Amino acid sequence: MPKIKLGTKSPRIDMTPMVDLFTLLLTFFILTATFRPQESAPVDVPFSVSEKPIMDANVMTVLIAKDNRIFFNVDNGPDTILKFRPKILAEMGKRYNIEFTDEELRLFEKTGTSVGVPIQDMKAYLALKNTDDKIAMETGVPIDSTDNQLALWILFSRQINPAVQTMIKGDADVPFPVVREVLDILQDKNVNRFNLITSLRAVEVTEEQIGEE
Amino acid sequence: MADIQVEEKSRGGKKKPKKGDARVDMTPMVDLMSLLITFFMLTAAFSKPKVMEIVLPEKIRKNEKVEPPKIAESRTLNIILGPDDKVFWYPGKADPDVTVLQETDFSANGIRKVLLDRNRALFRKIDQFEKDVIAGKIDIKQDSMRSAISQLKKDDDTGPIVLIKAYKTAKYKNFVDIIDEMSIVGIARYTFTEMDWIEEGLVAKAIGAKPETASRSAQ
Repeated sequence: MPKIKLGTKSPRIDMTPMVDLFTLLLTFFILTATFRPQESAPVDVPFSVSEKPIMDANVMTVLIAKDNRIFFNVDNGPDTILKFRPKILAEMGKRYNIEFTDEELRLFEKTGTSVGVPIQDMKAYLALKNTDDKIAMETGVPIDSTDNQLALWILFSRQINPAVQTMIKGDADVPFPVVREVLDILQDKNVNRFNLITSLRAVEVTEEQIGEE
Repeated sequence: MADIQVEEKSRGGKKKPKKGDARVDMTPMVDLMSLLITFFMLTAAFSKPKVMEIVLPEKIRKNEKVEPPKIAESRTLNIILGPDDKVFWYPGKADPDVTVLQETDFSANGIRKVLLDRNRALFRKIDQFEKDVIAGKIDIKQDSMRSAISQLKKDDDTGPIVLIKAYKTAKYKNFVDIIDEMSIVGIARYTFTEMDWIEEGLVAKAIGAKPETASRSAQ
């Protein structure tokens, strides 16, 4: 019986289509990826049936973390040349007699993270490089009536960007009086329209429930 | 798999390059790309968070002489968010002697049923309207559909006027849930107000005096 001769060359698979596909997928994922700045405090938002998607620009967000700390965030608006963030910080500094350098303002603009420190600590906070050190410093924005910095942040944000919309991102287990306090501060500044950030949950009302008399 | 062939010097002087087959090994590239794809896939946030819009009535400031709007007592339904995801409700006006708080919860047969019982007429109207749109009986654009529904709500004069109040130990979640219920049931008029002392007392009694009422009913 003659022996079957096997080829000595290793079998080769043409990888070009695979590479093509991978490149396409990779491009897709890179383009759709949205890099959001890391939130300083974890917040589990409650569920709701609302299907309105979150707005991308012209928003200020009041964050209420699990431990009742308040954070404030504002974005630069759709036009990045406008640079709302440094302007708002400069206004805040003026109010508290703190002079922020151009470098500090630029840094504040670049890091899109929310404000979680009293304005008095802002300089030291911006100077920090390490994220862990920064998180350790975040004690929340003061909201008590003697030094209501949240109210001022809201005031200046609205002055500098009149189109700004208010969003509230609260943890599901935050006691309601804390939320009420934030709502009160916002209403004092004539903000009566809020957007509560929630995640989607579907609820159906069944036929029999309607029919029951 | 390395494919770039090294020329062997053969037959003295002349180099004779092999024709064709100048393949590049793509394995490392594929490796790297799969890694990157995995990374981007895992970090991609597909479901964007949603927002729920609420509008609160403007605050009446202390120096302003504005009377709060009067509403019909018969249509009023008071909902109080209690501790531990409990919901209390009572119709009409609070009276410390007469009013008894009804206790319920956020389940489908809880507060939703209470609201639906009172809002059935409007709910049917909205439901019928939506069905007609889906069936093609009414030709209307998506944008005007929303305004048509809010017009239906505006014209409604039988449904309840819901006053939502929160006890001090309520959670933020309860607040979102109750507004959710309003939109599920299609309540036309609801607002959020402060609790008064009568209601505070009623809730405190309802929470604190639980064992007492239980023993009384056992007698």
